Amino acid sequence: MNNILVMPVVIPVLIGVILIFFRSQIQIQRWLSLAAILSVTGISLYMLNMIQNVGVIRLDFGNWQPPFGILFVGDSFSLLLVLTTSIVAAVCLVYAFYSIGQQREQMFFYPFVLLMVAGVNGSFLTGDLFNLYVCFEVMLLASYALITLGGTKPQLKESIKYVAINVLSSWFFLVAIAYLYGTLGTLNLAHLAELIAEAGQTPLLTVISILFLLVFGLKAGLLLYFWLPGSYSVPPTAVAALFGGLLTKVGIYAMFRMFTLLFYHDPSITHTIIGIMAGITLIGGSLGAIAYKDIRQIISFNVVIAVGFILVGLAVATPAAIEGSIYYLIHDMIVKAALFLIAGSMVALTGTPMIDRMSGLIRHYPVLGWLFFIIMLALAGIPPLSGFMGKILIGQGAVEGGAYILLALSLISSIFVLYSLLRIFLNCFWGETTTSEDDVMPLSKGWIIPCILLTAASIGLGFGAEYVAPYVADAARTLTNPYIYIDAVLGK
Amino acid sequence: METLIIILTGVLVSVATYLFLSRNVIRIILGTAVLTHAAHLLIMTMGGLKTGGVPVLGEDSTTFTDALPQALILTSIVISFAVTAFLLVLAYRLYQESRSDNLSELRGIVDE
Repeated sequence: MNNILVMPVVIPVLIGVILIFFRSQIQIQRWLSLAAILSVTGISLYMLNMIQNVGVIRLDFGNWQPPFGILFVGDSFSLLLVLTTSIVAAVCLVYAFYSIGQQREQMFFYPFVLLMVAGVNGSFLTGDLFNLYVCFEVMLLASYALITLGGTKPQLKESIKYVAINVLSSWFFLVAIAYLYGTLGTLNLAHLAELIAEAGQTPLLTVISILFLLVFGLKAGLLLYFWLPGSYSVPPTAVAALFGGLLTKVGIYAMFRMFTLLFYHDPSITHTIIGIMAGITLIGGSLGAIAYKDIRQIISFNVVIAVGFILVGLAVATPAAIEGSIYYLIHDMIVKAALFLIAGSMVALTGTPMIDRMSGLIRHYPVLGWLFFIIMLALAGIPPLSGFMGKILIGQGAVEGGAYILLALSLISSIFVLYSLLRIFLNCFWGETTTSEDDVMPLSKGWIIPCILLTAASIGLGFGAEYVAPYVADAARTLTNPYIYIDAVLGK
Repeated sequence: METLIIILTGVLVSVATYLFLSRNVIRIILGTAVLTHAAHLLIMTMGGLKTGGVPVLGEDSTTFTDALPQALILTSIVISFAVTAFLLVLAYRLYQESRSDNLSELRGIVDE
């Protein structure tokens, strides 16, 4: 029965492979890929509810008992993220139907998206360290293809840097795995956790944990975010939205897993370093967000700010803060994708990404303008919307943990988020319109409907916080009590 | 034996870092190749370099070398091979498109 756990990876991979044979039949590609993602959404929702009744579930591949085989482990945290991933991917696919263009669609766009989603889901579900590395590579190779697909000059320039930095971080990942295997002799996450808990976290293990922090910091854009704004502003809108919504979040997930399951015994070193990195990320991201006039750059720096914000929750590591981080992670995946889609639509409609070259858009595109306004409020954390729950819980956790500097930095960064987005809103949507009535490009329904869907999801997450609360509470309970996870995997 | 291999790995990493920090795209790709060699050697060493038979059950030997690092390295070799192939083609396309392999000439995303 637990075989269902492998579906979020297997369905996208299988459909992706099948679609390679239908290169020129675009309609088949579109509907099959959408159907695959939607079925993953349904399955992950079903599994999420199953976990509430039966606890953490696991699937041993080939019936090899852990720690000898590889396995998938599903707890509430993984499945909440798988569910959010598939919702975001489905909406981005719908946007891609109307915006990506026939040329890219014929060059295997949909198979690459499906493979990337499979890699992301695999990273969320796996219970084995080397398997995590492989899933990261599946995701990254698909993302290399997606960032270069189309082959325009800016894309090629930025993708060289993107690929190089990811090769480097994958190398650090391998080195960290080698050290950990040399020290403890196993790669199964639960078994590693048990060994570390029994023998204690020696200084050597703390060093290895910091190596992991470096790896996932590079992937997630925590402090080491220098590659991110360039790479995220060159690909087509639907791809940028997928990247902004999903890729950095996998790094954040891995960091949460590592530092709540394995390396939580010496928080005065590891969690302090995470806290310092998160603080500097918040400052750097805030400065970047107000420094640029290119919409895509501003939004990419907003991704960086959110990474810092979520990691404040991990640095504090009280139950409330962890819960807040989970809320904020889910919210941020949805809202960042929406923000990238709206900004991409604005760039496509006006033909320029510079905010001082467009104005008065609200006159011709009122729906787009108000959607942007709602998303802006959600990101800033205005109460009825989705960003509020996460912010208040992280704030509460920071007060309990006595991390007042981090608290101040994260609250001030909210103001910078609001200011940077308000600057886009005032410059681009308000003011005199510069295009005459005849030149106005009509806004296609296919562009606006995905934005409406994501905004609705954000409002729903804000108002329906009570319905999400049990799942998030269970996820936070598993993260703060590693023995729930270890017992479920090693079956004692 | 481990110490020797660790020193060799260190040398490879320093060579790779030097190559990685240069401006030429091809040198950077060579750097990634050397870097992955270092990682694979390191995984091998970390599994322990004890003497023992090859990990094949038909062999008449009582002790075997650790088979797991070898499987890890095999997986990693294939992945880095794929990435290197992609990176080489990417560098070729970049050269076709911009007539330059110097990274400092390829700064900025504004398309002139």
